[in-house]
Amino acid sequence: MISLKHFQAVFMARNREFIRDRSSWAWNIFFPILLIAGLAVMFGNDNRAVFKVGVYPSVTESESFFDTRHMQFVEVNELDNAIIRVERHQFDLLLDTQTMRYWVNDTSPNGYISERLLLAGGGEKYTREQVTGREVRYVDWVLPGILGMNMMFACLFGVGYVIVRYRKSGVLKRLKATPLAAIEFLSAQVASRLWLVMAITLTVFFGTHFVLDFTMHGSYLSLIFVLTIGAIALITLGLLVAARTASEELAGGLLNLFTWPMMVMSGVWFSLEGAHPVVKSIAQVLPLTHIVDAARAIMIDGAGLLDVGWNVLYLVLFSVVCVFIGARLFRWE
Amino acid sequence: MTAVIQVKELVKHFKPKKNELVKAVDGVSFSIEEGTCFGLLGPNGAGKTTTVEMLEAIVEPTAGTILYRGQPIGDTFRRDAGIMFQNTALQDYMTVIEALNMFGSFYENTVPVEQLIEQCSLQEFVDRDTRKLSGGQKQRLLLAIALINDPDVVFLDEPTTGLDPQARRNFWALVDDIKAKGKTVVLTTHYMEEAKLLCDDLVFMDHGKIIAQGSPSELLSNRFNDVLLDLPLESVPDALPELVIHQFTRTKTRAEFLTTDINETIQHLTAHGVSLSGMEVRSRSLEDLFIDLTGQELRA
Repeated sequence: MISLKHFQAVFMARNREFIRDRSSWAWNIFFPILLIAGLAVMFGNDNRAVFKVGVYPSVTESESFFDTRHMQFVEVNELDNAIIRVERHQFDLLLDTQTMRYWVNDTSPNGYISERLLLAGGGEKYTREQVTGREVRYVDWVLPGILGMNMMFACLFGVGYVIVRYRKSGVLKRLKATPLAAIEFLSAQVASRLWLVMAITLTVFFGTHFVLDFTMHGSYLSLIFVLTIGAIALITLGLLVAARTASEELAGGLLNLFTWPMMVMSGVWFSLEGAHPVVKSIAQVLPLTHIVDAARAIMIDGAGLLDVGWNVLYLVLFSVVCVFIGARLFRWE
Repeated sequence: MTAVIQVKELVKHFKPKKNELVKAVDGVSFSIEEGTCFGLLGPNGAGKTTTVEMLEAIVEPTAGTILYRGQPIGDTFRRDAGIMFQNTALQDYMTVIEALNMFGSFYENTVPVEQLIEQCSLQEFVDRDTRKLSGGQKQRLLLAIALINDPDVVFLDEPTTGLDPQARRNFWALVDDIKAKGKTVVLTTHYMEEAKLLCDDLVFMDHGKIIAQGSPSELLSNRFNDVLLDLPLESVPDALPELVIHQFTRTKTRAEFLTTDINETIQHLTAHGVSLSGMEVRSRSLEDLFIDLTGQELRA
């Protein structure tokens, strides 16, 4: 039976410790906002001065359209990918100079103007192909990934590393000598980290929303639900790492062993669509993949909770397994 | 008197490597009487801390039994014991008062925090971050935490190691207070002066075994019946040692005589024209006993 008094005492102590540690605030809140703002500046296309036209496979000298000023022509090798970029408004127009076709997105104002310019510049011989799709900027796409990544670091290091530090410095040994039960201590650590991570993630989310107008087609409640389940999964993974480890160096190594593959393979920075099947299989084991996929589906495609049911289920199962093994392995010393 | 803690044939073995066995504690037995101060003495690595941590139920014994009031160590013991470890860190960014309140909330019956603050002289730094306390202040806080549940038995593991002489004396006064309240104190130390001042019963340990046990006066009188007399070296003529029947040692600056009859020795010396100015006489101490028992200097 968990004593609420014991739980509350440890919970409050951990909260105070985090809140008073100003350096961790800077790391957890300002860093991701700066990162997203930086990416928005680098990859954003809100105030683009030029029109961007994809050309497959290469620009032909004879075409007068290609002399148009303030228009950027990007040669592409793969037609399929280039069409997706038109759907997502990343290209305003796409020309295939071999089959003499062009693709334009009806919902894109820049696409409309580019099309007019093409037709006025001797492009009547091209056949029109129409695509549809909402604009997805890189910043819209990468934001759920960065939110997830930030949560991953805050959960894994904020629980795993902290418990190992407590163990090494003798904090846990002192607590063991009191009537405090291990389950009371651990659940207080999980609860404290969970609300702090959610508060930080939502601050970053709305802080970024204030600065950048990013895509949010789904329900905020669904997003918060998915992120909360995701945070629990990552915190329990942190508990598992910290269950017995007594050295901060080993804990740091183990945490990096989990965080780096997730950074690279969970689709935080780039899509895994074209990745090797082995990489895709590994990615499916990593909890961050499911957090990012579900958050992206909600934010960009407007998916509901049922649409991301598998991701949520996986995260719940992952947490249960981590808690079960972590609690069995846990030692105060 | 009733025994609060009874220890029988306690053993703790560690296996640091596959083919290596360290017998940290190797079959020790003793009992601790209610209301006494029990001292575990020995050099570093003697097995004191391992023994005391088995009593505190922090370390699992390899073999042997420990009984608290006739029962195996359990919840009653956790409730009744106050523990001050040798090295304890508290959580970061926690003030003295917050630490006391947190530990207080783990127990049903507690001493009022204000009373502990006064008893352990914490008034001046109750709102200070525990990481910013001096050595003596920190030990006083850790003692206050150990006392928060109004324990029957207080464990103090090398509580004054690293403290300056004044802080050490202050701490001894606090332990005297605890004793005066009728509590049982279990103290480990390698300071013989501390043991002599505070302890009623002593156990000397080395290499995981008990090498002597008893009250300080019993131990000394059983082992020694002589006193130590020492003089500046220049007062003692080179030829004198042959004339002195008692044990004699020469250090760089002093000449030491061990004697069972001090009057006879002084008469002997004056008869040989030795000046007694600068003479020091002292009875044998626990430190002498320790060196005598282990045949070595204290391993600091």
